[in-house]
Parts: sequence; structure tokens; C-alpha cells
Amino acid sequence: MGNPLLVYLTVFILSIFVGIEVISKVPSILHTPLMSGSNAIHGVIIVGSMIVLGNATTTAETILGFVAVLLATLNVVGGFTVTDRMLGMFKTKPGDRQKQEVGK
Amino acid sequence: MIATVIARGTILELCYLFAGITFILALKGLSNPKRARNGNFLAMLGMAVAITATFFQPHLHHIVLIVIAMAIGSVIGIPTSRFVKMTAMPQLVAIFNGVGGGAAALVSITEFISHNPKEQATYVVLEVLLGVLIGTISFSGSAIAFIKLQELITGRPITYPGQKVVNAILALVAIALIVAVLITSSTALLWILLAVSFVIGMAVVLPIGGADVPVLISLLNALTGLAVAASGFTLGNNVLIIAGTLVGASGLLLTLMMCKAMGRSLANIMFSAFGSAVASSGASGVERPVRSASAEDIGVILSYASKVAIIPGYGLAVAQAQHAIRELADELEAKGIEVFYAIHPVAGRMPGHMNVLLAEANVPYEKLLEMDEANPQLSQCDVALVVGANDTVNPAAREAGSPISGMPIINADEAGSVIFLKRSMRPGFAGIDNELLYNEKTTLLFGDAKESLTKLVASVHAS
Repeated sequence: MGNPLLVYLTVFILSIFVGIEVISKVPSILHTPLMSGSNAIHGVIIVGSMIVLGNATTTAETILGFVAVLLATLNVVGGFTVTDRMLGMFKTKPGDRQKQEVGK
Repeated sequence: MIATVIARGTILELCYLFAGITFILALKGLSNPKRARNGNFLAMLGMAVAITATFFQPHLHHIVLIVIAMAIGSVIGIPTSRFVKMTAMPQLVAIFNGVGGGAAALVSITEFISHNPKEQATYVVLEVLLGVLIGTISFSGSAIAFIKLQELITGRPITYPGQKVVNAILALVAIALIVAVLITSSTALLWILLAVSFVIGMAVVLPIGGADVPVLISLLNALTGLAVAASGFTLGNNVLIIAGTLVGASGLLLTLMMCKAMGRSLANIMFSAFGSAVASSGASGVERPVRSASAEDIGVILSYASKVAIIPGYGLAVAQAQHAIRELADELEAKGIEVFYAIHPVAGRMPGHMNVLLAEANVPYEKLLEMDEANPQLSQCDVALVVGANDTVNPAAREAGSPISGMPIINADEAGSVIFLKRSMRPGFAGIDNELLYNEKTTLLFGDAKESLTKLVASVHAS
């Protein structure tokens, strides 16, 4: 496994199978939270954005990297918060529910 | 000195591996109603570990800038996602997906210009180009999806003559550009590729009708995942490859599941824009009589039922009538009437969206029946109350030759009588007429779903 491309390719191919396997049985009521949750997970691009900004040497790279970190942060915090909000609505028991959302 | 650097690198890799594992377990958790929330927390933990570890990357500069960018992102992102109304959820998912795609594209671009591409292996340049192409398409596509869902432009398909030809040319141009950059390593061409990808994202999404946008968002979500994976290849970062590919693969599967629920193929949704094409055939029909009644009359029908099935749809989501429908159900139950909700897999704006909305209105979880559970019970119902749904109860789906042929539907027509709350006689997103509207056991109540329901609550309460 001296060739890094082969290592990455291995990880890539195995991840495809894992990705298909883990969600093969999802009730349709969870489709939206699942989409939202996986949306948050691809926010991991924040790691790549940080590396790019952290290694930027020119102004152009710094600006691009800065915007990338900003966008990726939005993806992460927005994705997790929205997912949590959706799931929070399923969680509470019928009897002791409090109205958490102010639906205007 | 070297030893410490290696050790640090190993710890970093282990942190990323940990994050990758949490993401897998999170997706697994999200597939189960009981563990879903824990799954989400687990992913958050993994993300926090990955981010913290990245701060300890050797030779990481501009730490202040990184923190500032994160702070700005959090200040915008957290309040937005906390306080936006539940009905606007699909738009939010679209926009948060789009920014992720944008970030992935930027990472790839920056990698390209920071190294001399001529010194890089062809496959590295190819990964960069794919990252830019896919990430940008996801970004601009999500932006258009957001604008459509937010109703800043029409939700109807936007088509023009020669659209398919134009899209095909755009795709060919993109491929030609990729080949050209691989050969010449020209940065200028990369910027052109960026612009073309941006246009492709818009061009692909514009002809897609509002009802199909959820499928599209799911597809764009998968695309962003792949763009992230491409960036991971470029940067040589395993957690990006693992997380990006996981989302890409599971997102694609989820997209296909949604298509299946609608009885259509992905190609059909992406390329046919059938809503606009078939709408004319529905509208061309002769005016046929329908029976409509006042809220008072319908209140009486409901009050004398013993079992009522509520079939909510897109119109309920648009009118934000989820609280009103719960009140009506409460009123009926107070009279000893059995009420349940029959949820079509694609009811609302996203699969499962209706469940989230009704859960928000404190509708007990066990009253929400999925289509397969609900259908056998419909023949025992005295009334099927259809609120803002149309295509999902259209019997034409059972016959051949209709655009929705083969789509599973809720058997509203098997109930003793059918009540439609509708805004107008306009057909649903499939653009076809619904025979059930003209059925002799059907009664219509025209108006905004929320207003109609409020009136019904009053009349049921009075009778």
C-alpha cells in the first residue's frame, strides 16, 4: 500500500458499501431527519477548509480559505441544529409535551 | 523532534478515525426513531473532535482568521436554524447543503492554485477538478432550490425551447474543460470551469417542479458528499473521504427510495419537467360539476362519523395548518370519534416532513400511520378528510397511461365519504385531473387550509 492513491481508493470504496449498508432500513418518517443529519456530516469539509486556510500563503488563498471555513461552519452548525430540532419533536411523550416552538 | 511530529500525526489520524466511526454510527442511529437523537449527538461529538484535532495540525497558520470565520459562521448559522419556522425546514436543509458544496469547491480551488499544477500527478488535478465541478453544481443548485421553496420564484418548472440541447451542450463544455485543464494545467480554464459548473447547477434545477425539489435536495446532498470526498483525496485526508463518501452513497440510496415512493425514476424527475407538459391536458377538460359545501355542513358530516382518516398533504404544509388540524382532531376525539392520520411517504415537501410538522403540533406519534398501515383501515372509515393533498389520493395512479401510474396512493376513495379541503380546482404538481374530486361521495370545501380547518373546528364544536 505504498501508493497513497490506493489507500484512499480503498477507504473510498469501503465507505460506499458502509454508506449503503447503514441506511438500508430506514422508516420513511425518518427520511427528512436522516437527510438533514447526513447534510451536517458532510460539514466535515470544515476540516479541509481549516487546513487550506492554515496553509495559505497568498492573499487570494487566504480569502478563499476564509470563505471556505465560514461556509463550512454554517454547514456544520446549521445542519446539526436543524436535525436536532426535527428529532426533538419526535422525542417528547404525548402527555407531558410543552410547546417548544413559537409558530408565528 | 521528528519523533514528536510523527506522534502528533498519528494522534491526529486516530482522532479523524474516531470521527469517521462516529459518523457511521450516527447514520445508523438516525435510521431508528429511538436512537436518532443520540445518533445526531454522536456525530456532533465526532465533528468537535475532528475540528479540535485540526487545530493541532503541524504548521497551521492564520489561526485567528480561522476562529473569526468560525465565529461569523456560528453567529449566522445558529440563530437561523433555531428560529426558522418548521415549514421552512426544507429550504434550510437546501441552503446548509449548498454552503457545504461551496466550501468543498473552494477547498479544491485553493489547493489547485497553491501548488504548481504542472508538478502534480494527473489524478490529483482530476480530483481537484471533480471537487470544483460537483461542489459548485451543488452550491448553485441548492441556491435555486432554496429560492424555489422560499417562493421567491415560481415553484413550477421553468422551461424554454431547446432546454435539453442547452443542458447537453453545457455538460459537454464542462467535460471538454476538464480535459483541457488536465492537459494544459491552466488556472484560467479552471475559473471558466467554475463558472460553467455554476450555470449547470442552475440549469438542472430550474426545470424541476416544486413537488420534486425534495428529491433534488437529497440528490444535491449526495453530490456535496462526493465533492467533500474529492477534496479528501486532494488533501490526503481520510475523514473527509470517509464522511463524504458515506453521505454520497447513503444520500444516493435515500434519493432512490424517495423516487420509489413517488413511483418514478430519477431520470424522469430530473429531465422530464412533466408538470408543465401535462398541465394543459388537465385544464383543457370541460368544466365538470363538483359538489362543494359550507364548513357548517361538513362539520355535521364529521360529527356523525365514528372513524375519520385525515390525509394531509402539501397544502397543509403551505398553509401551516398543522396546529389547526390537531385542534379539529381533538374536537372529534372529544365526541368519541376515532381519528388517525394517513401519511403518504412523499406528503408535504419532503419525505417525513409531514410527520415532523404534525409532531410539532403535538399530534401523538402513534396516530401517524404510514401508508401501508393506513390503507387497510380506510374501508372502515366513514370519512376521509383530505387536507391539501391531491396526487397522493388520485385513483389515476392505479391505471396505466397516467403520469403518476404506479405511484402508491392512499385509498381515500374506499372511505364512506371523502371531504377535500382545497384552495382551488387547480390540479396537483403532477398536473393531472383527479377523478376523486368528481366522485359522488366527495364533498369539497374551498379555501385556505388553515382558515377552512378553523371554521370546521367551530362547526364541529357547535354541532
